[in-house]
Amino acid sequence: MDKAKSMVDKTGASGPFHVSNGQSQRGFHGPVVVVTNGGSSGGPNSSGGAFDGVHHLHRGDDAECNGSPAKRCRIRRRTESVRRNRPPFPWFGMDIGGTLVKLVYFEPVDITAEEEQEEVENLKSIRRYLTSNVAYGKTGVRDVHLELRNMTMCGRTGNLHFIRFPTQAMPRFIQMGRDKNFSSLHTTLCATGGGAYKFENDFRTMADLELLKLDELDCLIRGLLFVDRMGFNGLPEGYYFQNPSDTQSCVKKPCSLDNPFPMLLVNIGSGVSILAVYSEDNYKRVTGTSLGGGTFLGLCCLLTGCETFEEALEMASKGDSTNVDKLVKDIYGGDYERFGLQGSAVASSFGHMMSKDKRDSISKEDLARATLVTITNNIGSIARMCAVNEDQPGPFCAP
Amino acid sequence: MAECGRVDSSTSSHTMDKSITLPPDEIFRNLENAKRFAIDIGGSLTKLAYYSTVQHKVAKVRSFDHSTKEAPSDKLYEISVQEEVTARLHFIKFENAYIETCLDFIKDHLVNTETKVIKATGGGAHKFKELIERKLGLKVDKEDEMTCLIKGCNFVLRNIPHEAFVYAKHADSEFRFQTTHPDIFPYLLVNIGSGVSIVKVESEDKFERIGGSSIGGGTFWGLGALLTKTKRFDELLQLASKGQHTSVDMLVKDIYGGSYGSLGLTGDLIASSFGKSATADKEFSKEDMAKSLLHMISNDIGQLACLYAKLHNLSRVYFGGFFIRGHPVTMHTITYSINFFTKGEVQALFLRHEGYLGAIGAFLKGAEEDNPNQYSWGENYAGSSGLMSVSPDMYPMQRARSGTFDMLEMDRLERQLVNLPLLQDPSSYIPDTVDLTEDAQAREYWLYCFEEALDGVVKRAVASQPDLPEAAERAEKFRQKYRHKLQTLRYQPFAYGSLTVRSLLDTREHCLNEFNFPDPYSKVKQRENDMALKYYQKAVNSLEKLSWEERQFALVRGVLAGNVFDWGAKAVSDVLESDPEFGFEEAKKQLEERPWLIDSYDQWLERLKGPPHRCALFFVDNSGMDIILGVMPFVRELLSRGTEVVLASNSGPALNDVTNGELQILTERIAAMDPVIQAGLKEDRLTLVQSGSSSPCLDLSRLDKVLAMVVRERKTDLVIIEGMGRAIHTNYYAMLRCESLKMAVIKNSWLADRLGGKLFSVVFKYELPAAKADQDSAVLPPV
Repeated sequence: MDKAKSMVDKTGASGPFHVSNGQSQRGFHGPVVVVTNGGSSGGPNSSGGAFDGVHHLHRGDDAECNGSPAKRCRIRRRTESVRRNRPPFPWFGMDIGGTLVKLVYFEPVDITAEEEQEEVENLKSIRRYLTSNVAYGKTGVRDVHLELRNMTMCGRTGNLHFIRFPTQAMPRFIQMGRDKNFSSLHTTLCATGGGAYKFENDFRTMADLELLKLDELDCLIRGLLFVDRMGFNGLPEGYYFQNPSDTQSCVKKPCSLDNPFPMLLVNIGSGVSILAVYSEDNYKRVTGTSLGGGTFLGLCCLLTGCETFEEALEMASKGDSTNVDKLVKDIYGGDYERFGLQGSAVASSFGHMMSKDKRDSISKEDLARATLVTITNNIGSIARMCAVNEDQPGPFCAP
Repeated sequence: MAECGRVDSSTSSHTMDKSITLPPDEIFRNLENAKRFAIDIGGSLTKLAYYSTVQHKVAKVRSFDHSTKEAPSDKLYEISVQEEVTARLHFIKFENAYIETCLDFIKDHLVNTETKVIKATGGGAHKFKELIERKLGLKVDKEDEMTCLIKGCNFVLRNIPHEAFVYAKHADSEFRFQTTHPDIFPYLLVNIGSGVSIVKVESEDKFERIGGSSIGGGTFWGLGALLTKTKRFDELLQLASKGQHTSVDMLVKDIYGGSYGSLGLTGDLIASSFGKSATADKEFSKEDMAKSLLHMISNDIGQLACLYAKLHNLSRVYFGGFFIRGHPVTMHTITYSINFFTKGEVQALFLRHEGYLGAIGAFLKGAEEDNPNQYSWGENYAGSSGLMSVSPDMYPMQRARSGTFDMLEMDRLERQLVNLPLLQDPSSYIPDTVDLTEDAQAREYWLYCFEEALDGVVKRAVASQPDLPEAAERAEKFRQKYRHKLQTLRYQPFAYGSLTVRSLLDTREHCLNEFNFPDPYSKVKQRENDMALKYYQKAVNSLEKLSWEERQFALVRGVLAGNVFDWGAKAVSDVLESDPEFGFEEAKKQLEERPWLIDSYDQWLERLKGPPHRCALFFVDNSGMDIILGVMPFVRELLSRGTEVVLASNSGPALNDVTNGELQILTERIAAMDPVIQAGLKEDRLTLVQSGSSSPCLDLSRLDKVLAMVVRERKTDLVIIEGMGRAIHTNYYAMLRCESLKMAVIKNSWLADRLGGKLFSVVFKYELPAAKADQDSAVLPPV
């Protein structure tokens, strides 16, 4: 049974991923459990994964490292050669999830005058449109606070922008691609997520665009390791909560994945995938659950009439789930000592809602909070079991 | 969570003021002698348990003292009906709304004043504490719920053969009952009340809550009520069973357009529960939302249960709690989930008496000084209502869910029952040859057959008590009760576990006992025994005159001819009723000529030419010709060969089967005429034991402990099973670790037809244990 006091206060916190505060870095049990925002939860997200596909296709660009003049010279030569094979701008990476589309855009800031001249108008206008706005249409949002500034990639320096919009807007997006004659840019559109498959044909027939489809879990891991390597504008990308069960002394602590393997990667999108990752390209999907971000949002919409993830989270942050959930102490008057269950533990999520009187008097905020607590506790519980089971020899559940 | 069935308190309160009339004398039975009460009050149902003693009539036989002149010379023994007191456990389940009425009734009828305390468990116990104490004047003593639950679970798993079942919604029979494993530990119990508790049980006293979840029945009910504005749990389930979850859930194909092949995730898999409802501009139907919710919760519980089962390496996982409680919808979704997450490696098991576990456990806690666990207990089919399907509009016989009382009665058995030590694999042994829950055609036939035979049984019952004028009335009650049972079984074949010919026969015996017809065939048996005994000497003499080889065959034919005399078979009882002169010789003429339907006589004869068996265990069948002229000469031959013989007969009466009491007397009389039998008894080479059973069939996994001991001591190397009930309806496929001989005459044309034979076809099945059979095969056609 998980605690009623969940980490709700912190879910609003920004940052691409959370790293549990395991002490040891070895094994699954106790060690690294990385939670990523698969994106549908709408909050800030990391997925540089698909984009990193480009990175992967053109390897050998360690231009960010410094060294002796001779070494710098070598690097320059290599950079030059890479430049010749480098894909043409614009550089995009796209993750089309069940609920949200996550778009990463690399804005080069080291454009030479020569390049500037060669650059077609179309490309310029895309750059201007994306970098000068923070909202696109009604639903597209650029997460400015996540922007990675002055980073180097494939020998170029630039800013990495994170943009998201609902998957429902996908037809309009493709439409835009056609209207802007995107196909004339001869770019490779790297895409991952289920939508890369679902919308492949629409891209082709409507916008004359070919997608380079990449597996979402491959991308997820690559993206995770990439953002960790890059850091977040000088700070580590990852973080965890120290003393998570104590609201008073709970603090967010930064951390980096210096020695990440093996790790359990819990990717919470519309649904949840749990991966055991042994190395950059060796991993397996251990299990998953359908109770994920989509469930939180879906239930909140039904229960409170809210429309967006932000709204739902906002409500949840103001609510009190103990008005909705039945706690151990509601049943036993205190702790259930026979089994070492604290009185404050949730005995039955939404358990109070069995009573009509309580249903009639409950607030939307409390319902949103209870939904959040239910989903997060459940994911935590499954992830913990997977971590423990992964340490056991023999087979384990892997649907 | 730990609480089982702790649910909405509001459901019970608004119904409290209903004026209730109940037929409590049929429900709270044997209250006069009741003691040791226990009560388990859940959110909507109350379960009451008590121990009582039942006075009922038993038929006893007593040998006439032939040394005195007063003995009537024409009768071998006298039959007397005596009162006997046996212990019975009563468990009654009813809606909380009836608590007050029930307590009043109990108070008015409770005679025993020694009782001072009532053990209580369940979430509602504290709420009704004051009421119980005031009404009954008993002190309420609270017991830990989980402890009670586990105790109860252990008890039913150990004592009720078809307790656990697998649920398969689309199979021919929805319920597949599991044979009791001799060792019930370790197992995982997933109790789905408002929340979920996952408990690992390692022994009678050792268990641990290894995990749980707050997403349980309360979540389904609470969240479901919010989403659908439907108040009742049952109605929510109803909604769910009509809904389409795909309109609410986001499936893999909604994201991918198809399956996610590289991970083996099919397109129909739920990627995100309620993933499609994250929109303001669409309405969703109550049914669809309820279905989605049910899937979400069942899958989640299934997944956690699997993770825990794997971690603790447990393959037996039982599910219980009010979320399950016999609801086909939830049993189906849980089964589906477990199957999905373990790829079929773990089966979800459910329990027939799941709702009673807490009450049974609380009762056992209170009865610890009597140590009920040292006895074996048996489900009384006459007094138990059996498992009812709760899915509405399924069966016309369906009782309304509310306002009914459900009962479980268990009789304390005289003896402790154990496995026959010679079973090759006790864990896979299934006594019954045909499972009528699975075989609809066979079910139809046998239910019809038992209904047809009912008139005859009633007539026989009345005739067995000519001095008691009210016998006819009781017999009529018996008829009604048994007919009702048969009708119930027609629609709910799974009510008492697997439906088998054995269970139909046993139910009939239980019903007869219920109405004080302990032994309707006592006089028939007496007459036939008297008659057969007169021919014993002659039969033995004529056998003596035969050559060795002729004699062996004549002995087998004798057993078979004797086995024709079976009042349980309608084809035979009709003949016996109409032709009192029908005798042993006539029976022989009816027998099929060799080659028999199943015929391994040649192998048997070959075997007899070899060294004698050390000890033979013989499960005997009928009284009269069968035991005296068929079995005894056969036994005599075995003794003469140097083989020790253990004769196992029923402890209590069933049809015209010879009981241990009768056999004792018969054997003594035969010994007086026959020096071979005499010597056998004297030298302790012929032993009579009781089987521990009162059934015309035979369950080799529930035999008297003494029998098992004797079998082991004597190093038994041959088991002989005789008769249709013991060797065909049951044990036809039983595999033993020693040689076995199954002999029977098929006295039912439908069964004969099924087996490919005809009326009076013979089954003579001699088998070697599996390991030996490879070298020395006795290949038999499969049936």
